[in-house]
Amino acid sequence: MFHKKPVALASLALVPALALVGCSSQGSHSSGDGPLEITLWTHSAGNEGEMEVVTQIIDDFNASQDDYKVVRQDFPQDAYNDSVQGAAASGDLPCIMDVDAPVMPNWANNGWLVPSGLTEEDTADFLPSTVGTYDGEIYSIGFWDVNTVLFTRASVLEANDIRVPTVDEPWTADEFADAEKKIQASGEFDYVIDWGTGSSGEWWPYAYSPLLQSFGGDLVDRSDYSTADGVLNGPEAQKFGAWFQDQFAQGYASKSGAQDRTEFKDGKVAMHYDGIWEYAEGYEAYGDDLVVAPLPDFGNGSKAGVGSWQTGLSQACTAEQKEGGLAYLKFAMKDEYIAQFSDVTSLIPATESAAELTTKGYYGEGKPLQIAQEVSDKYGEVRPVTPGYPVISSVFEKGLQDIMNGSDVKSTEDQMVVEIDADIESAGYNN
Amino acid sequence: MSTTQAAPAAPEEAAPLPMRRSRLHNNERRAGIGFTAPAVLLIVVFLVIPVLLSFALGFTNARMGSMENPGFTGLTNFVRALTKDPTFWDALRNIAIFVLVVVPLQGGLGLVLALLVNQKIRGITTFRVVFFMPVVTSMVVVSMLWKFMYQKDGLINAITGLNVDWLNETHTALPAVIVMSVWQGVGFQMILWLSGLQSINHDLYEAASLDGAGRWQQFRNVTMPGLRPTFVFIFITITISAFSLFTQIDVMTNGGPSNATTTLVYHIIQMGSSRGDVGYGSALSLIFFVIVLAVTLLQRFLTREED
Repeated sequence: MFHKKPVALASLALVPALALVGCSSQGSHSSGDGPLEITLWTHSAGNEGEMEVVTQIIDDFNASQDDYKVVRQDFPQDAYNDSVQGAAASGDLPCIMDVDAPVMPNWANNGWLVPSGLTEEDTADFLPSTVGTYDGEIYSIGFWDVNTVLFTRASVLEANDIRVPTVDEPWTADEFADAEKKIQASGEFDYVIDWGTGSSGEWWPYAYSPLLQSFGGDLVDRSDYSTADGVLNGPEAQKFGAWFQDQFAQGYASKSGAQDRTEFKDGKVAMHYDGIWEYAEGYEAYGDDLVVAPLPDFGNGSKAGVGSWQTGLSQACTAEQKEGGLAYLKFAMKDEYIAQFSDVTSLIPATESAAELTTKGYYGEGKPLQIAQEVSDKYGEVRPVTPGYPVISSVFEKGLQDIMNGSDVKSTEDQMVVEIDADIESAGYNN
Repeated sequence: MSTTQAAPAAPEEAAPLPMRRSRLHNNERRAGIGFTAPAVLLIVVFLVIPVLLSFALGFTNARMGSMENPGFTGLTNFVRALTKDPTFWDALRNIAIFVLVVVPLQGGLGLVLALLVNQKIRGITTFRVVFFMPVVTSMVVVSMLWKFMYQKDGLINAITGLNVDWLNETHTALPAVIVMSVWQGVGFQMILWLSGLQSINHDLYEAASLDGAGRWQQFRNVTMPGLRPTFVFIFITITISAFSLFTQIDVMTNGGPSNATTTLVYHIIQMGSSRGDVGYGSALSLIFFVIVLAVTLLQRFLTREED
């Protein structure tokens, strides 16, 4: 029977190959005795502060009851959305998962996320931009919010005879243009402002669509989300495009910057446009000289990007797991955790009562970052709530990068509209 | 892409064989099938099925996330690529430039390096290792390094004394990627040329020098004809790998500035994966496949053995 050996060996080699074909990331579900396992995906891998809080919440939740056991899986933010896309296609989603606010409607529309079961009562105290509502249902909840502001220095403004802007009185378009000219003429800086164009991805629409809206344009017509025609390529949007192109053509800003945007701290630029998370570093560099201001008003009011990561429940939850998932969400929404998040990230806590509990001294009446909350309230503008958003985001990023690099504004914006409309059309979001 | 060929079936024997031979023969055949099965299975699952799927999906409006009922849309996707998608034409232009520059440059430099290191000098192994090093380094790592080197305050400007933002200017971005790609891959071509050089019979050189041929004449009349099969192989493999330029673009430029470095594969992945437009991405892949096939067939025709 020796001659059968080769065949037997060869068929052994098939085993791993077959194993490759049907693998699954779902953890085993214990049945009957012991707590029910619920998988949670977080996008915070590599972010020590956030991970610490998430871990703490999960440990506390698991210790607080015997019915459920939440099991964490970490992903780095850059790979997170792709991982979810892949998992959704192969039916491997976790039950509880993070979602970036503007992407939520798309995932809800695809059926990847399910309504969380949270009620308006549960979320009454939360900032509106931290509650992920789509089609009248609450899908996700965020523990913090983050908005974009301008950082600059009082001493530089004073030396160049420039008014210090406030939340109630942002710079006008003319004042800002004048300020840029004066600072450039002073010759003290490599560039006037670091817009952050060296970054890529979701940062582009988050950071620069508020500028577009301040000019009076928008990413898509929000009346029914069926087209971008007229808002992304209308006269206001063209003015925005020309202004944005000019920022680089005039030498006010550099297209690419240092890897971690250190120019402002190193005194190479006079202004720095960023999320409020930059505050701690800016304060460390300049102390009370640091000015936090809203974006200039380009004619249609000052605007600020808001909306950040939230947590929701997916289609992969069994009925029982969904109950556990909801219990977990409610548990994580406690003020003490929201305050803890705010302390490690310096981002805006989602509730007023949590703001009082923060210990870093950023938030609360008369505290330095009170301004961020005010900017959020007055000027915050969420990105379009539509399942077409991921494509809008990617088209806008590419188009605006082309404009920055000198492409013709009108034809680039027209092409953006063509691509966005083609996608809305072919996906049939509005049928 | 490698093609696998099933082992040729044994010719039918006219005369009946003695019992023992045929049983052994059957056993061998079974063993052969057993040994090839894993590879064939993997290729079918990860290559053949996806390829067939993407051919089919190119004619539909399938989307990531709602793959259940894609509708048949005929040639819509192909019309869109050819008439409504300027990025597609930019990608085609860039990849044409890339192939036309990289193929002769990398192949030629590889040959020069191979001739240089094909000598009996002390320490020559060190050179071979140094030239080959970038090949075994991950392309992502190499791209990151060069991205830093190309920055405005990076190494390239420091050495040349220029002040160019290499990857962010429309006219320098693609050349910058080409230089880096040639450098990264040239060591591999060098090794291929080297194996070709060493397979040439040494007696031919001795005979040539006895006949009074100089170095150059030896190269023209012995080395070059001897390298012909190597040349054909390198010519075709560089072309195919140059066509599928993606990693450098994804890491270094994201197709920018203003589409100056976008490529077909990068565009396909942007559309089909990032934007979730699976139908359109598949249609683009199909077009890409036809282009590469046509070019490869043309090359086969040009380099055919003339009997």
